[in-house]
Amino acid sequence: MSKFTPRIIAFYCSNCASSAATVSEGMKKALPDNVKMVHVPCSGRVEILHLLKPFEEGADGVYVAGCQTDSCQYVSGISKATRRVAHVKGMLEAMGIEPERIEVFNLGAGKGGAFVDIALEMTEKLRALGPVMPA
Amino acid sequence: MIVAKQKTIQELIEMVQPFQKVLVAGCKGCVTVCNVGGAKEVAILASALRIAAKREGRELMVGEHTLERQCDPEYVAELEGFVDDYEAVISIACGVGPQFISEQYPSIRVFPGVNTQFMGGAEAHGVWSERCAGCGTCVVHYFGGLCPIARCSKSLLNGPCGGSDSGKCEISKEVDCIWDIIVRRMMDQNRLSELIEFKPPKSWTTARDGGPRKMIREELVE
Repeated sequence: MSKFTPRIIAFYCSNCASSAATVSEGMKKALPDNVKMVHVPCSGRVEILHLLKPFEEGADGVYVAGCQTDSCQYVSGISKATRRVAHVKGMLEAMGIEPERIEVFNLGAGKGGAFVDIALEMTEKLRALGPVMPA
Repeated sequence: MIVAKQKTIQELIEMVQPFQKVLVAGCKGCVTVCNVGGAKEVAILASALRIAAKREGRELMVGEHTLERQCDPEYVAELEGFVDDYEAVISIACGVGPQFISEQYPSIRVFPGVNTQFMGGAEAHGVWSERCAGCGTCVVHYFGGLCPIARCSKSLLNGPCGGSDSGKCEISKEVDCIWDIIVRRMMDQNRLSELIEFKPPKSWTTARDGGPRKMIREELVE
């Protein structure tokens, strides 16, 4: 039996999350192939449309990886991203789509392990939920 | 500006459920400024409608177009030539927009995508509040530049009432008592005595109570 592999789009900021990504490379921890990373200057740049488009184009889940709330390079970027993700969760729910398909994560710059772990965590969660669109 | 609020996604999905070709029409006027009906919101709504349709396994083609303004016929005419490709239009302009589209293209089904709220301004980013009730006879100069018609819950001209409590209105602790602010403003301007003068009952004939309104400026009419 073929195992469903969810397609995931992950936005990650060029500050804490990017540093965590570099650390994860040093740790030889690889991201799963089903997670496509989109590098943004700050998680605050990720707008509602950016979070919706992947679903329109066939992604099964989306997440934003940004700084800790008290150490955002641009002060409020991650807070904005968190509020936008919450808004999109509401929109997805209104469309009959599980809101857990979109999440936001706060990463410390040295958390290379966590950078990969959240990708694996999302993959497992979405695998359990199944494809977002009917076959 | 005219401030509006988006209808719920469920409501909009249900509105256009029977159609397979839908145009989302935005407006670059007030609703762009209050972040509810501009090009960005057109793209978001169009994307949401496509996702919802895909999820339900329905065919749905959603077009996107943002007009310069939906309250001027010459801009509504921008839709000429392609509006007929759609079975329905969702206008996310204020309540004027869907009517102007409907008047110009009577055969097309037009749906309002927003609920028009009030004439107001931005207090802060993401926060808007009412400032004008469009009563047709502006009196703010009597009240320190503030409007008791729009901003007093009772539209009192001889306020405050007994429901003013520590600067808040009795209807809600979230609502400022405008009469409290007016009195303080008039004190600051050394004009408090003017508030003692009785303001006679207002004629509402220039407001909506006088029926649908129209304005004609002869010097501009072609």
